[in-house]
Amino acid sequence: MAGCRMKLELSRVALGKGRLGVLKGLGKTGQLSLEVPGCLLHTHLGTVPHLTQDTLNTLSTLPSVTQITLSNIAEHQEVLEEFKDGFRKFAGLHDTVLYCALHDPATPCPTGHTTNKTVSVWGSGGRIELTVAKFMALQKAVKPDWYQSMADGETWQINTSHKRVRKSVDRSLAHLDECLLVHQKSQELEGVEVFGVVEGGDILEERVRSAKETAKRPVSGFCLDGLQTGSMDQALRTQLISAVTKELPEDKPRLLQGVGRPDEVLASVEAGVDLFEGFFPFEVTERGCALIFNFNISSNPELAGRAPPAVLEPGEDQETAGDSQHSGDLNPGDQTQMTSFEINLKDKRYQGDFRPLVEGCGCYCCTNHQRAYLHHLLVTNELLAGVLLMIHNTAHYHAFFSALRDALAEDRLDLLKRRVLGQTERKD
Amino acid sequence: MAATRACGAAANTSENIMSLKKALSVASPLTLRIVAECPVTKARACDLILPHSAVSTPVFMPVGTQGTLKGITVDQLDALGCQICLGNTYHLGHETGPDLIEKANGLHGFMNWKRNLLTDSGGFQMVSLVELSEVTEEGVKFKSPYDGKEILLTPEKSISIQNSLGSDIMMQLDDVVSSTVTGPRVEEAMHRSVRWLDRCISANKNPEKQNLFAIIQGGLNTELRKACLDEMTQRDVPGFAIGGLSGGEEKDDFWRMVTLSTDHLPREKPRYLMGVGYAVDLVVCVALGCDMFDCVFPTRTARFGSALVPWGSLQIKNKQYAKDFEPIDPDCQCPTCKRHSRAYLHALFKSDSAAMHHITIHNIAYQLNLMRSVRQSIVEGCFPEFIRTFMKRMFPSRDQYPGWAVDALASVNITLE
Repeated sequence: MAGCRMKLELSRVALGKGRLGVLKGLGKTGQLSLEVPGCLLHTHLGTVPHLTQDTLNTLSTLPSVTQITLSNIAEHQEVLEEFKDGFRKFAGLHDTVLYCALHDPATPCPTGHTTNKTVSVWGSGGRIELTVAKFMALQKAVKPDWYQSMADGETWQINTSHKRVRKSVDRSLAHLDECLLVHQKSQELEGVEVFGVVEGGDILEERVRSAKETAKRPVSGFCLDGLQTGSMDQALRTQLISAVTKELPEDKPRLLQGVGRPDEVLASVEAGVDLFEGFFPFEVTERGCALIFNFNISSNPELAGRAPPAVLEPGEDQETAGDSQHSGDLNPGDQTQMTSFEINLKDKRYQGDFRPLVEGCGCYCCTNHQRAYLHHLLVTNELLAGVLLMIHNTAHYHAFFSALRDALAEDRLDLLKRRVLGQTERKD
Repeated sequence: MAATRACGAAANTSENIMSLKKALSVASPLTLRIVAECPVTKARACDLILPHSAVSTPVFMPVGTQGTLKGITVDQLDALGCQICLGNTYHLGHETGPDLIEKANGLHGFMNWKRNLLTDSGGFQMVSLVELSEVTEEGVKFKSPYDGKEILLTPEKSISIQNSLGSDIMMQLDDVVSSTVTGPRVEEAMHRSVRWLDRCISANKNPEKQNLFAIIQGGLNTELRKACLDEMTQRDVPGFAIGGLSGGEEKDDFWRMVTLSTDHLPREKPRYLMGVGYAVDLVVCVALGCDMFDCVFPTRTARFGSALVPWGSLQIKNKQYAKDFEPIDPDCQCPTCKRHSRAYLHALFKSDSAAMHHITIHNIAYQLNLMRSVRQSIVEGCFPEFIRTFMKRMFPSRDQYPGWAVDALASVNITLE
């Protein structure tokens, strides 16, 4: 096996009800861990979008794993090779586990550039073509704790042919074998974990084949690729994930790529997913919105005060949620569209609203600023809008994952689902 | 109030007891305690006590145009030691609306800034941003760039907006003429600015908690400047700004107008030189006797990737920094320099706006640290030596010293070897 320290300890597994546990043995010393279901910290080149370390550190609980992507990093290969000490040090990151993925989940990739031997990533200067050799050279320069194997995930378009899907499975397996070969010969990558990538588009038997074959390789975990929001509806996604996870070993984590909406997260967790990429708060921020959905299922008022609260005010906000749900449904595949989990602060109704984004939220934004101020920052195109929204949305989203784990621990996932999806149901 | 009395007593030693009594008689919410005066130049270090906190001068005031400082949170600004920053009346008065901001407990409440705020009159922004503006005795008429409606900004309206914003220091509406204009228009503007000052003073609803500063005008004409100083210093205002400069005039004219102004401004009131923010200009103008400065330059240039350092600036986006693993300034203690290298910031500029925030933080830290060092040297009585060291570090050789700076410094007895 490539890496060997990462260890998933599951405390609760119920078929069709999700897995609860802790991913242990992370980081250079193996001292760090990540609770699952969990979500990684989404970054641009190691920086949480809009945030400096000061503003990031206002968040009380951050995941121990930071995700970086080769689409940002590939163009800096020469710099990192000269730097020699790896990306973590280069980016001024200290106590974080570094996970290196191939693509940025929040940036769609143009298609038509994948070949038998290469995949392409898009950086600030355009397309960079990666062979396995270049891919592995990059990993040696980045020195992550854990990386995603090179894979061909170009199956997400509607009407991708069966033949193309099969090809993506075959190529991804071939890439994985090549990556592992180089990996095992590289001293620099000793102790680094590799995740195999399960492909197969929307074709069940290809998904199963990909899962079975990938599971035969010495990998530490699995990335489920080609299932991202916009590529298919959740019913199909759930079906495919359930089929895939049945073929994967219980004791290895499964990371679902490109899915972040709370409703889709909940369904995917039930289908057996452990990890998500954490890009959703960024997308919400970029459209000038704030996450306000309710995930509070604590019946103990004392606990409720302590738990990350997300109390939606009755009345006005439900209406907002309803409105947004409507617009979200028009274009379910378009990730720039609002979802029912957020409010659009550019809306004039917030101009004189002196409440925090979420009453009782303990984030820096909510404890210091009001909706009216965020509205002002957004309509005047001020940079601080992105900073404050990113802080709140990140806090809110990670608190949702925490609530999700609590719900699994207390066997109250159904209640959480009703709470989270509640606004939608009311609307219907 | 106790502070006012204590500081009043301290200032009793000053020669100008007459104007001191006058200052106390209006009980303005401002006290200036002169901590030290440079025995060689006109520089001074003061404690300026304002409603929200004390300000150590000389001070650079970062500009937060629209109720925010360009991607920086108020906590970050506070952590950098910023004691006062600017808000712009023009933007806040017309986009969000002064009534709304008043409801939010003023601009302090709206942006949640606990320290002092200075707001401008809105006039300068209009002249500089709006081409179609017309000045009459009544006020400045212009077309709103937001909705095209015609708006008349009178001295009363400007003060009313600034009263709603609740700033600690308000600026009078003045008749701004480009510093490169000459002739009767300059004289007209000067006299009108005096008349508008009187209207602003009468319009101030909160003289007990908001300070109104006069703005000395008169272009580059010595006589007009002098006349304006004579008129305005007779008014009972808590502080004075030197206006109408930093608008593209020759630096030789600029510094002469600054030094003329400080020669005639009362010692016991703060002097604010508007629109000045380059390091050399700051150091020279402190030597000429100015206490307060503001400029968008350090924060604006940061967003283009220009980081200020004691030897000039680094264009972080330039390729030469791609593999430069040093911090921006190895001696800088700001959060950016403590964590990030030039190479990382160079790379980050291609991926995320946080790169701008990193440089903005650094540049504000640079400006504030520069002024802290200036103040410390004045207090320790070694400001002349500070200037020499500063100039040596800033310029590779003596013959690159700007002539105007050499002349200006010579006028206050500093010779640069």
